[in-house]
Amino acid sequence: MSRIDVRKTYKLYIGGAFPRSESGRSYVVNDAKGKLLANASQASRKDARDAVVAARAAFGGWSGRTAYNRAQVVYRIAEVLEGRREQFEAEIRASEGVTAARARAAVDASVDRLVWYAGWADKITQVVGNANPVAGPYFNLSTPEPSGVIAVVAPSGPLLGLVSVVAPLIVTGNTVVVIASEDHPLPSITLGEVMATSDLPGGVVNVLTGSQAEIAPWLASHMDVNGLDLTGVTDVELASELEVAAADNLKRVRRPAPDTDWLVEPDLDRMTRFLETKTVWHPIGV
Amino acid sequence: MTSPFEYAPAPESRAVVDIKPSYGLFVNGEFVDGRGTSFKTVNPATEEVLAEVAEANEADVDEAVKAARRAYTRVWSRMSGAERAKYLYRIARIIQERGRELAVLESIDNGKPIKESRDVDVPIVAAHFFYYAGWADKLKYAGFGDTPLGVAGQVIPWNFPLLMLAWKIAPALACGNTVVLKPAETTPLTALLFAEICQQADLPPGVVNIVTGAGDTGRAIVSHPDVDKVAFTGSTEVGKAIARAVAGTEKKVTLELGGKAANIVFDDAPLDQAVEGIVNGIFFNQGHVCCAGSRLLVQESVADEVMSRLKRRMATLRVGDPLDKNTDVGAINSAEQLAKIRELSEIGEAEGAERWSAPCELPANGYWFAPTVFTGVTQAHRIAREEIFGPVLSVLTFRTPSEAVEKANNTPFGLSAGVWTDKGSRILSMANKLRAGVVWANTFNKFDPTSPFGGYKESGYGREGGRHGLEAYLKGADD
Repeated sequence: MSRIDVRKTYKLYIGGAFPRSESGRSYVVNDAKGKLLANASQASRKDARDAVVAARAAFGGWSGRTAYNRAQVVYRIAEVLEGRREQFEAEIRASEGVTAARARAAVDASVDRLVWYAGWADKITQVVGNANPVAGPYFNLSTPEPSGVIAVVAPSGPLLGLVSVVAPLIVTGNTVVVIASEDHPLPSITLGEVMATSDLPGGVVNVLTGSQAEIAPWLASHMDVNGLDLTGVTDVELASELEVAAADNLKRVRRPAPDTDWLVEPDLDRMTRFLETKTVWHPIGV
Repeated sequence: MTSPFEYAPAPESRAVVDIKPSYGLFVNGEFVDGRGTSFKTVNPATEEVLAEVAEANEADVDEAVKAARRAYTRVWSRMSGAERAKYLYRIARIIQERGRELAVLESIDNGKPIKESRDVDVPIVAAHFFYYAGWADKLKYAGFGDTPLGVAGQVIPWNFPLLMLAWKIAPALACGNTVVLKPAETTPLTALLFAEICQQADLPPGVVNIVTGAGDTGRAIVSHPDVDKVAFTGSTEVGKAIARAVAGTEKKVTLELGGKAANIVFDDAPLDQAVEGIVNGIFFNQGHVCCAGSRLLVQESVADEVMSRLKRRMATLRVGDPLDKNTDVGAINSAEQLAKIRELSEIGEAEGAERWSAPCELPANGYWFAPTVFTGVTQAHRIAREEIFGPVLSVLTFRTPSEAVEKANNTPFGLSAGVWTDKGSRILSMANKLRAGVVWANTFNKFDPTSPFGGYKESGYGREGGRHGLEAYLKGADD
């Protein structure tokens, strides 16, 4: 008789822990053939708010770390992901029904993307900041700083899509609440396990699973969220409503990007969209 | 009482300006009538009506946008950067040549002291055009690509009418865009004189269009479907309305909005310099400055000393005729703004803060408000939270650097901040922790074309000035 396998419970990832939705709700996630994969947690408004609280609490510490240290942590995520690649390939194949080759390509690209962004941590300041030669006896320097807590609607690729939107935000010091792919959430939660074991402080990345249309409006209108990345929103009307809600506290908004090819090396814009420029003046004299 | 130290009046001559009885809109290189209801602009120092100004309605705005689009497609976007630069250099030169005229007109229409319009506003305006002129043929080195957006709709406030125009128009044109700009309804005259300067520079028709009017005209610009870029400087409330209006469109937006800056004075600061910085921070331009240092955070151990020096200094401020070269503080820009300053000041008293105003005689006509300071202010008071946009300073105290940071950042705004201390490591640590787009350390209210300006949080997004200021007018990877 064959052994009965131990199935995994997929929960949310908030503040470094894996709680169930406080609402007690879950929803059925099927594989590509319609067979049950798991019951995923269906996050509620309260879960979204808890995630924002965790992200805010983590922001000071994370943004205050040295860029070198953030690079090391993001690189560590890549290392741990590489070590668990077979699990991710299997999960991607199961949830999306893609070939082994495509699943492998998605994992390869995710690991490589993390490594690429990790290297940016201590370079982005040099590339987008500069000294300003003002017409007077003043030292004047402009440097980038993270915007704060960013709410993200991830695109449908549960691993590569999520990595591609989250890595550029955390590497610069932002903290994130991300709504995972609604249809294929499971690899996103497993990625949470990778992050939880990569020295990434709890709360820097918080992953919610459930209904995009239900959760996103609460994040878009949340007054302690500083930015809103709508990359994964496919409903044009919803995107527009979310952007309107974001205006309540003038969140920096990134509009949807439905046609993105995630296998292509990105530009800097996913980092720079959620950076502020701080300019410091000081007189020069004796 | 006469004193041997009384100042004799030293009025700047008005003869240099020629204000017409009425002004039209500047569309496609010509002055045309507006279809809306014309309005009057007054001298806030005397309440004298200066001119009748046309109001642009939706059809007028549409014509201006069409002119801008034509100029963009047929002329401006095809011209080499080096040629665009030459036009901008020409404009910079004419501004310098007609600098006195612009300064006097600005002071008459806005109420700001001539020494500010003459020594701050106009020189920086010329410098701004000069600076961005030089970028026009060097865009590929700036890191934002070199593809313009198209037609920019720009709406600017009344506190620095010509300077805000320069901040908007110079980078837009340098990057290859054309513009439709609306000056504030209380200060349209220098923008209309700028239109004349564009004619003198032989700028191709339609590259710059100036439409006058109030909120409705602004809304028509922002919501016009053929505007590719919206740039706004003004109140946070209107900024939010604009962010909502452009939601779901492809329009690129930059917003430079309100502030409630903390100006933080530590006990080791050079106090006389700090007091000058406090005065400059809140009384410069009658406090009509979005980055004004309107919350003074002073370390408890020196609070009494700072307050007594500050009051002594405030008593020497000369409030009055903006055209008098001795004047430090001019007129409040409008009756409406004066009412708002009075209302918030009364609320400050009602909520329990202690009010002190510099002893000064205010002219009988015009809109005036004496430099005022509130002590005993707490973080919950409305005068510590809301932008007053007038010569009113709220004073709070703190004990430790971390308390100063916490209080300074306890605001939805994040435009600017000031730090006064002799300790270098403390300056840098404060500068790191303050969530504001501009941090002035041992100085305040400094501006330069090369220096990016703009806010965090509800003070808006995008930067104006410097290399960073180009990004707002070029097509990025995510636009």
